[in-house]
Amino acid sequence: MSAAVDATAARATSAPVAVDARLADALLQLADSPLVLAQRLCEWIGKGPVLEEELASTNVGLDLLGQARLWLGYAGEVEARTGAPSRDEDALAFHRDQQEFRNVLLVEQPNGDYAMTLARQFWFDHAHRLLLDALTRSRDERIAAIAAKSVKEVAYHVQRVDDWIVRLGDGTDESHARMQRALDALWPYTGELFVDLPADAGLVADGVLPARAALRARWLAEVDAVLATATLTHPDTAFMHAGGREGRHTEHLGHLLAEMQFLPRAYPDARW
Amino acid sequence: MYAQLVDTGQKAVQDDATMSAEDRAFQQRIDADVKIEPQDAMPEAYRRTLVRQIQQHAHSEIVGMLPEGNWVTRAPSLKRKAILMAKIQDEAGHGLYLYSAVETLGVTRDETTEALLAGKSKYSSIFNYPTLNWADIGTIGWLVDGAAIMNQIPLCRCSYGPYARAMVRICKEESFHQRQGFDLLMAMCRGTPEQKAMAQDALDRWWWPSLMMFGPPDASSVHSAQSAKWKIKLLSNDELRQRFVDQTVPQAEYLGLVIPDPDLCWNAERGHYDYGAIDWDEFFAVIAGNGPCNRERLETRRKAWDDGAWVREAAVAHAAKVAARDRAAKEAA
Repeated sequence: MSAAVDATAARATSAPVAVDARLADALLQLADSPLVLAQRLCEWIGKGPVLEEELASTNVGLDLLGQARLWLGYAGEVEARTGAPSRDEDALAFHRDQQEFRNVLLVEQPNGDYAMTLARQFWFDHAHRLLLDALTRSRDERIAAIAAKSVKEVAYHVQRVDDWIVRLGDGTDESHARMQRALDALWPYTGELFVDLPADAGLVADGVLPARAALRARWLAEVDAVLATATLTHPDTAFMHAGGREGRHTEHLGHLLAEMQFLPRAYPDARW
Repeated sequence: MYAQLVDTGQKAVQDDATMSAEDRAFQQRIDADVKIEPQDAMPEAYRRTLVRQIQQHAHSEIVGMLPEGNWVTRAPSLKRKAILMAKIQDEAGHGLYLYSAVETLGVTRDETTEALLAGKSKYSSIFNYPTLNWADIGTIGWLVDGAAIMNQIPLCRCSYGPYARAMVRICKEESFHQRQGFDLLMAMCRGTPEQKAMAQDALDRWWWPSLMMFGPPDASSVHSAQSAKWKIKLLSNDELRQRFVDQTVPQAEYLGLVIPDPDLCWNAERGHYDYGAIDWDEFFAVIAGNGPCNRERLETRRKAWDDGAWVREAAVAHAAKVAARDRAAKEAA
């Protein structure tokens, strides 16, 4: 057999493996943001400002956790097709280190006061809904199905957070100031929501993933409309942080994972 | 129980001869199993006792979220995390129904909350114990929710309509909570030796406080007798405790765990388990504020309330602005 035929054969077998490895990474990007945000919302349990918010915030957290589990389950299956050792949702959630997490930096930012938590949710929820909506048209049927289920839940998240942004923006002087400060502080983490990673270009070209950059104009129109009603604004600064979806995180994620992963790491042989 | 040592404000059980005509008519309705509704006339002592009892119950749901919240960020699997979040969310919902039930008796939720934060209104002694390992979460479901169900099922038949109806819904959710607790412990007892040791450690720490939840023997208590007469307490503390022990001992055996009571044994003559003496000094110390976590639990609730004040004020201010704008728009039209 000639060297040329060898190379073709190698491409034929390695190409799907490379595609699956990229797809698994893209699925982790979809899984890790809701997973990390759900973990942050868990930190509020028992400490919310009003009982109705204990219910609503935990509800949002439960939705996000459920979505993360669906994405992680699929990521594990796709990863196994590459010949990698099989990892289930718990192996992926509890036995990866921070540099292997693919969440956006926004969701790992600490809870702060309730304004900071709601600002984080506001920037994220609108982008999350637009992304999921676009993913319902993915050529990958599993992705489209998970997105279709999730987008209904996130529509409620958007409605709830919009109500709070308006209430706090157009509430008291103190709530307005706190809300504006929180929006300003987290604004530089919004750019990453709309970055198209060069490594994902093939999946975008194949119609598996949407181009995220194309979602930003709609997102800006949506958030600006709510901010106007709330008598709030977003900063004009162009500087944006990035890197979370490629595994380069802020200092906060390591602490979050240390807490979240403690038991499975301390007792690797245990089943819970 | 979730409500312990509820003071009826009575020095002696009311007797028919000395009751006013209104109170006698009220008692006749209770005796005939007529449900009392918010708009109905009721003796002030009945109303006040119910307020105390339901407030304690509501606070227990809310403070009870804290020992579980201590582990929700460290749940060892995503499924267990989801279950625990849903359970804690149910408890917030129970708190909400019960605060609403208190409101039907003329006391606002803010007043009820302030009574808790000022230390005037109690919550169950059990939530002043710490959750030290993951098996504590299963043990709370199994023992604490198990004990709560024991008390709350009879309360579904209590004389006050809103409380009875809240109990029906709460009991359904509590039985799910108890099952998830037992399921969590099953996984640990069938797991590694370390996991089994965690489960035993949790039972060792939670067993006696769980028995104390039912409160001290109350066969001769004026308050309990009056509450029984009003049908807002349907079984004595010792009856409920005995039912709980009888139900729980075989479950512990099934798990392969040892109940930390050398005097525990089956009494064929009584048809019940005998159990050892309860340390009521510990119970009264915890009730008086000297349990392992009393200070932290109240501090956490106070901090949540204080930190959230600006959020609540803003919500009220915004609602007022919207109402004023609506009025102005109507006037202009």
